[in-house]
Amino acid sequence: MADAELKAEDIIREIKKAGIRFIVALPDRVTSHHLLKTMLRDPDFKVVQVCKEDEGISICSGLFAAGHRSLMMMQYTGLLDSVNSLRGVAVEGENPVCMLVGLLGKEPGVAPTESKKYGVKIIEPILDAMGIEHHWVETSEDTPKIIPAIEKAYGKTRPMALLIGREPQ
Amino acid sequence: MMKRDDMLKALARHRKDEIVVAVYMAAQELTHISPKDLNYTFTGAMGQGSSHALGLALGRPDKRVVVLDGDGSLLMNLGSLVTIANAAPKNYIHCLCENGTYETNGAVPIPRAGQIRFVDMARAAGYPKTHEISSLEDWDRQLPTILKEEGPVFVDLKVEPGELYPEDFRRLYSIEYRDKFRRALQNS
Repeated sequence: MADAELKAEDIIREIKKAGIRFIVALPDRVTSHHLLKTMLRDPDFKVVQVCKEDEGISICSGLFAAGHRSLMMMQYTGLLDSVNSLRGVAVEGENPVCMLVGLLGKEPGVAPTESKKYGVKIIEPILDAMGIEHHWVETSEDTPKIIPAIEKAYGKTRPMALLIGREPQ
Repeated sequence: MMKRDDMLKALARHRKDEIVVAVYMAAQELTHISPKDLNYTFTGAMGQGSSHALGLALGRPDKRVVVLDGDGSLLMNLGSLVTIANAAPKNYIHCLCENGTYETNGAVPIPRAGQIRFVDMARAAGYPKTHEISSLEDWDRQLPTILKEEGPVFVDLKVEPGELYPEDFRRLYSIEYRDKFRRALQNS
């Protein structure tokens, strides 16, 4: 698993198949280079760049109310910074905010809860405490989880997080 | 300075099929003064109204979106001015109800109350059009033009509390009303 690969093109393909065209993003070192920069060049996507991650939670909710699917891209630090918006807007507001979260510093092949990095280690317990469904995406074998996770989030109008465990290539 | 409920009554008179996103006191009063299905009050956390409105404006470029933000709320999400100016939705009208206090939370003054030039901030962030309006007469006269202006437009409205209206936070954040809003917008 440590030598396995996660391909950016696999993630992008699944996101498009899930009907997502709006990407709301604040750059994250794990996903910026191969994922976000590619999306910024892709005419199929409309990328909305935000100054702070909690804005993105609300923009995605406004887009949902307007009949669109969207994906919020951020680093785990941004997720931690957005906990109150996640609480009030996404969870209590029952908005299908789909998040793609880069776990910067997570060791390849190591489960997030087993990471030596404190911030990474606490992400899944926090999401569990908030009742937010999450999926660990570490290699391209995990990318088939993406579409069902997005469909379920929109079907049940509940938030969901895809935790990106290594830098996509 | 104008009474906030008078300001809202003027908006109600000029309003046609615009989406109106409102927060806190303006939201409470809007539901009484201009009760429409295209009112969006489901913002969920302080400071987030302008960001919800951006999603709505980008998702429905054919609809005008009026935001009734608060000064305390805007200070909590100041970066949203840059985000909105950068996204540059032409259908976005950002009205700031500047009352100088956190009125819902005990009417404690905001930092530097009355000394912040919000229109300068909006202009510096990149809003192409800004207005600063203190009197009800000016608001009433300029509203028809403002509602048609190419956005993003920023309007600083100097307001104070007027008549008291019953508060209903459950109504503001109701999922049922949010879904009603979605259906109304879909059919609009």
